[in-house]
Amino acid sequence: MFLHHAVLKKGKMGKTLFEKIWDKHIVKTIDGGPSVLYIDKHFIHEVTSPQAFTGLNKRGIKVFRPGRVIATADHNVPTLNQHLPIKEELSRLQVEALKKNCAEQGIELYGLGHPFQGIVHVIGPELGITQPGMTIVCGDSHTSTHGAFGNIAFGIGTSEVEMVLATQCILQTKPKLMRINIEGQLDKAVVSKDIVLYILSQITSSGATGYAVEFAGSAIRSLSMEARMTICNMSIEMGARCGMIAPDETTFNYLKGRKFAPSGEKWERKLTYWKTLYSDKDAVFDKEITINAEDIEPMITYGTNPGMGVGITGHIPALNEIEENEKLSFEKSLAYMGLQPGTNIKGKKVDYVFIGSCTNSRIEDLRMVASFVRGKHKAADVEVWIVPGSKQVEKQAIEEGIDKIFAEAGFTLRQPGCSACLGMNEDKIPAGKYCISTSNRNFEGRQGPNARTFLASPLSAAAAAITGMVTDVREMLTSNN
Amino acid sequence: MSKGFQKIISTAVPLNIENVDTDQIIPARFLKATSRDGFGKNLFRDWRYENDDETKPKKDFILNNPAYKGRILIAAKNFGCGSSREHAAWAIKDAGFDVVVSSFFADIFKNNSLNNFLLPVTVSESFLQKIFTALEKDPQTKIEVNLREQTIRLSGSPETLSPGEGLGEAFGISAYKKTCLLNGYDDIDYLLSSKEDIIKYEAENTL
Ligand code: SF4
Repeated sequence: MFLHHAVLKKGKMGKTLFEKIWDKHIVKTIDGGPSVLYIDKHFIHEVTSPQAFTGLNKRGIKVFRPGRVIATADHNVPTLNQHLPIKEELSRLQVEALKKNCAEQGIELYGLGHPFQGIVHVIGPELGITQPGMTIVCGDSHTSTHGAFGNIAFGIGTSEVEMVLATQCILQTKPKLMRINIEGQLDKAVVSKDIVLYILSQITSSGATGYAVEFAGSAIRSLSMEARMTICNMSIEMGARCGMIAPDETTFNYLKGRKFAPSGEKWERKLTYWKTLYSDKDAVFDKEITINAEDIEPMITYGTNPGMGVGITGHIPALNEIEENEKLSFEKSLAYMGLQPGTNIKGKKVDYVFIGSCTNSRIEDLRMVASFVRGKHKAADVEVWIVPGSKQVEKQAIEEGIDKIFAEAGFTLRQPGCSACLGMNEDKIPAGKYCISTSNRNFEGRQGPNARTFLASPLSAAAAAITGMVTDVREMLTSNN
Repeated sequence: MSKGFQKIISTAVPLNIENVDTDQIIPARFLKATSRDGFGKNLFRDWRYENDDETKPKKDFILNNPAYKGRILIAAKNFGCGSSREHAAWAIKDAGFDVVVSSFFADIFKNNSLNNFLLPVTVSESFLQKIFTALEKDPQTKIEVNLREQTIRLSGSPETLSPGEGLGEAFGISAYKKTCLLNGYDDIDYLLSSKEDIIKYEAENTL
């Protein structure tokens, strides 16, 4: 990893991608304070919106621009028997409150049973709502996902949800800018999830706090839109305000023809604008990092924050490799995980495999897993949950026969939702059990009280499902895969 | 912190753990409420109780140590990372804290705190360690946070501090946010008063 320091140049400088979009959305700036930033699209879900609607009602005001708000139910929903009423009372009440609030305020809701329902960060892009050059917010930290299309997308708190509902604007201070370049060719079986876990292992879970991060370089350019989303999704895990990738032909081809993407003459007009969205050659970043794609192996986390990861052939750091003031947190983390410093994770037994979440639940993820497991069967004592990110992904998986491959492998294909990504709905990992997960957070209790999480790519998770332990997927690849 | 807050002098609770994420501050299963109240009792739920059982407090967790009380929470580096849930700020505030001190806050948590009149004070790593040391030696050590002057001071007994140690530090806050906190205004008030500018912006920018 190389770190370049910003070189301050005199005279007029070019603009970064971030600045081009930011500048265009400033309504005004408070002296010595934040700016009023106009928001193009606002996604909401059942968990972080109810108190915002209550706030509006208390103030006696209506949603300012309901047409710019899109709602779905994802965090709290069950992923089996979605046609039945939600069993858990509080979850049901939250989902009902969303329905009522959306109906009262004229907001489009893709709730349970709707063909567009799904995880908020999966449905925005697949419906073509998420587009280059926009400002996008949602009361959810993984809103950074949308940045893969070349826009400014960030997570906000409930008070801020209320602000945006009330005025379609938010007060924001311009963050510092960082560019992370990934250059070169990826090794076989190394996918975008490994790239982002590798970056995290290098810069830590606070390495980008206060920054907007642009991902660039030849390895990023070679990725599909869905793979790019996985990387931007986890930019919040570095502490970043948002993550973004400049749009290119891959972006435009993905968007063309999607449900809410512009068409006809409007498409042409937008396309002309979108093509101006890149960081100018002489644009200056506050910080710039370059990573060699060749250095990246399939990654796995061993600790309780996403920065605690190593290559699959690596080992958990020994105590003498840890800085003195970080030892306490490190030991606490390993005690929670039931792991020893200095040991390998490869070969560690797993109990659950979770393939899903807004990081890795799109059709390409499912296809990748299916093509790897075709003709194989899961290990006897492992439970495997595959949770598609949306109704549309589920439908497509069934149309392509992917569901049959999973069934033959002993995997359960569930219905769309956040599922075991967070211990909030019915899908929880039991205490003390190990789960290899394609989600984004391995925090203590994230997948259920005392559950233990290894974060990895869909391929590594699928390999563990077959062998029953943490596995180097490269050793299982045949010429067919 | 009530409206018109200027200064707080209080004992403090030291939570010397790095990278505390909002899933620890308030676990997801407690986010099902539709109001803002009552989150305090589940603050750090899984660190506080054995097997989710309120009758079994974990003795070694600081919030269960009767020696430490107060309106100021002293946290370690990278506090509030992870999920954007504002419930984390609500839970801390609801549990009786008005100030959180750390050497480094996660972005969204900081904004959420400010929006709830919970003051995040960023100090240097060395001053933070001094506070931890002072509190370890004497849980009665008081800390004074003065928003108007933007200073934080250890006002405990001088004998808890080694000779020559600095007793205080200045902290930064945006002039706008400071005015809001001092006067009890929030961002929505400001934005609502800017409606005309917003409508003008919309008219000029066919996005
Ligand atoms: S899948 Fe997980 S990370 Fe993504 S929105 Fe749902 S809970 Fe959040």
